[in-house]
Amino acid sequence: AENEPSWETPCTKLLVYVSTPGCDGFPSLDSNESYKLSVSKGSMLLSAETIWGALRGLETFSQLVGRDENGTYYINETEIVDFPRFPHRGLLLDTSRHYLPLKAILETLDVMAYNKFNVFHWHIVDDPSFPYESSTFPELSKQGAFNAMTHVYTASDVRSVIEYARLRGIRVIAEFDTPGHTLSWGPGAPGLLTPCYMGKAPSGVYGPINPIVNSTYQFVTRLFQEVSTVFPDFFLHLGGDEVDFTCWKSNPEIRAFMVEMGLGQDYKKLESFYIQRLLDIVSSLGKGYIVWQEVFDNDVKLRPDTIIHVWKENNLQYLNEMANVTRSGYRALLSAPWYLNRISYGQDWIEAYKVEPLMFEGSPEQKALVIGGEACMWGEYVDVTNLTPRLW
Amino acid sequence: RYYEYIFGHSWRRTWGRRPLAARAEPELFQLQVVIEARDPGCDRHPQLASSEAYHLTVTEPVAILKAPEVWGALRGLETFSQLVHEDDYGSVLVNESEINDFPRFAHRGVLLDTSRHYLPLKSILTNLDAMAFNKFNVLHWHIVDDQSFPYQSIYFPELSDKGAYSSNLIYTPTDVRVVIEYARLRGIRVIPEFDTPGHTQSWGKGQKDLLTPCYNGGQPTGSFGPVNPVWNTTYDFMTKFFKEISSVFPDEFIHLGGDEVDFSCWKSNPEVKEFMKKQGFGIDYAKLESYYVQNILDIVSSYNKGQMVWQEVFDHKAQLKPDTVVQVWMANNYARELSRVTGAGFTAVLSAPWYLDYISYGQDWKKYYSVEPLNFPGSEEQKKLLIGGEACLWGEFVDATNLTPRLWPRASAVGERLWSSSNVTNLQDAYKRLTNHRCRMLRRGIAAEPVFVGYCAHEAR
Repeated sequence: AENEPSWETPCTKLLVYVSTPGCDGFPSLDSNESYKLSVSKGSMLLSAETIWGALRGLETFSQLVGRDENGTYYINETEIVDFPRFPHRGLLLDTSRHYLPLKAILETLDVMAYNKFNVFHWHIVDDPSFPYESSTFPELSKQGAFNAMTHVYTASDVRSVIEYARLRGIRVIAEFDTPGHTLSWGPGAPGLLTPCYMGKAPSGVYGPINPIVNSTYQFVTRLFQEVSTVFPDFFLHLGGDEVDFTCWKSNPEIRAFMVEMGLGQDYKKLESFYIQRLLDIVSSLGKGYIVWQEVFDNDVKLRPDTIIHVWKENNLQYLNEMANVTRSGYRALLSAPWYLNRISYGQDWIEAYKVEPLMFEGSPEQKALVIGGEACMWGEYVDVTNLTPRLW
Repeated sequence: RYYEYIFGHSWRRTWGRRPLAARAEPELFQLQVVIEARDPGCDRHPQLASSEAYHLTVTEPVAILKAPEVWGALRGLETFSQLVHEDDYGSVLVNESEINDFPRFAHRGVLLDTSRHYLPLKSILTNLDAMAFNKFNVLHWHIVDDQSFPYQSIYFPELSDKGAYSSNLIYTPTDVRVVIEYARLRGIRVIPEFDTPGHTQSWGKGQKDLLTPCYNGGQPTGSFGPVNPVWNTTYDFMTKFFKEISSVFPDEFIHLGGDEVDFSCWKSNPEVKEFMKKQGFGIDYAKLESYYVQNILDIVSSYNKGQMVWQEVFDHKAQLKPDTVVQVWMANNYARELSRVTGAGFTAVLSAPWYLDYISYGQDWKKYYSVEPLNFPGSEEQKKLLIGGEACLWGEFVDATNLTPRLWPRASAVGERLWSSSNVTNLQDAYKRLTNHRCRMLRRGIAAEPVFVGYCAHEAR
């Protein structure tokens, strides 16, 4: 009969053709992820410019294959020409608020590949713990990890993550967030953090990184030298968010510095002072950088190829921020409406889905500066017991 | 199994080995468990009236756990297992202690919904373990509902044949027996809920002419509403069905549901409308609902089972049996409802503030912990009628992939509220113990989610 499926020619091979594979390289922001998929009677062809496009096409192909009631695998005749709308499609994991065992990170990378994500933003250290084992400064994790034997990422662990990601076309962008969010750095790097004061005497509590001492910049240079070599991606995320000025204000040496430098009472200028030097250091190491939006909001002098990460969400204010960032000529990454750690009852995927990243006032050139976005899974309430069902 | 809980995870088993520089420190050699009643109840099922009290004396060389009934011994064993701790060197220690304990409320339950999503047997059993670690003693098994009918009935096999999501997503009689026994060994009662007349779409697949056909403009639309209260066949079916349920489930209570009955289909059906006229119910369909419910209560009573119902059954003024338990679930002004229910002389169980399926960002365990169930206007006698509460985990967004972390340790806050004395309310202290307890549950194989930032020495894998 006419409408019966013809099972005579089973398709046994998917031919994958890649023009410039680059299989031994790393994916980058500029990688071409386009692919063509052609399925017809007797032939299945996946062709792509690069291996990264082939990976995306393989994922699509694997989703097209169905199985009928008799157990037969089948696939419809198909013609697909596909490429991503945004080149930076990321996921943030936070391994400081809770340690995530290697297996959990690798499993997440698998699911990212099933969903065509291509950036793993590794928010690896923060206030609560420092699980990153540094070869230059081993004391950082020895003193700063939740448990230096069991809750750390060794150099080998980090290499595993980077390679596992690479094989899935996923870039690993490490974030070493400073000058705030650094409490766990203190125990392993005495003199790095600002001692807070209660009146005339130190209170015993510490604040953000101390921006006025040279030792800070020596430390930062050596740490980022290491980080730059360990993480092959061109970009590093330097953080720069939520710097609490109270501790700096309480410290008499810092107050004196403010006067000396003519910064008045504007501690944002002190923050900028630190960030600018940090950006110079990282630039000189041959890396590009991504920073949280405060760095842009506080008028820090940035390199034109800086990427601004928009995260503050307040009644769709983030769209204004996207407009401002792109109007100033910087590339933007959107996360504000995609804080997946902020759970709520019901089908909240719908709100996330409805977001239109380019729905702000701006020229086409501006909008072209939006390179993508990241779903964020902050770790305050998340560890391996609930990570996967919360994320997916 | 408590031996395993206490010593199992310890990878440095200092079994009889003393540290090198040992002083002759006191050693605990034995925990003696004594059940005082002549009939300890080991072969029976726990009941609402069971005693869960226990007395624990920990002193060297022998600790004694005494309880009137075996159920108290189980609670005491759980406590003892929590008293045992490890120091930094792996030595297993316990402090000299004297504990006299008993629950504040006798009914401390967890509701699981296996209709919105099927829950594999293993996940139900794991949950029973976690319940035991938190001294819960009732599993309210909301086993069927609109979406699916996974309960394999002996008298009416078509119910699950046609009503389950698929042929392998069912609970066979063996599965049910396994759950009941696993629960019993942990002192947990299993109260099944067969919710009618609403919430019954899936029943209609396998039982023709059970549900009310809805009408539009004098014609059946093809869709169905609640159970048809007008046909005799309905009550014939229910009589037979609840006979089976009464024999399959040993607990003295069966939950009959009775919530959220949508009257629109009844209103559209000409036979129903005719019946309303004949009965003199006017246009008050709540009276029809009560008529139905009363018949079911009578049927279930005749099998010597007590009944639990959702609050609407009481609110709509059905005539309840004197020992019917009313479950208060509507969040709006639940204190007033508790006053009304207990004021009318009925026993109540509180769930309204403990709908754990309503997730939100942050440490919501605190708001569950801060509930004071007896904060409602009423006399002392009235307050005695509040026999406990249930943490509910409705299944719209829950299945085996996320059940355990979603329920635990949030339900632990409810567990403590229902067991402990009313003055145990300090949140900072509770936080310390809860985070510790969460790590303990991890060690025992319960994937409880984190309370807040931090870590456990023995993480989940």
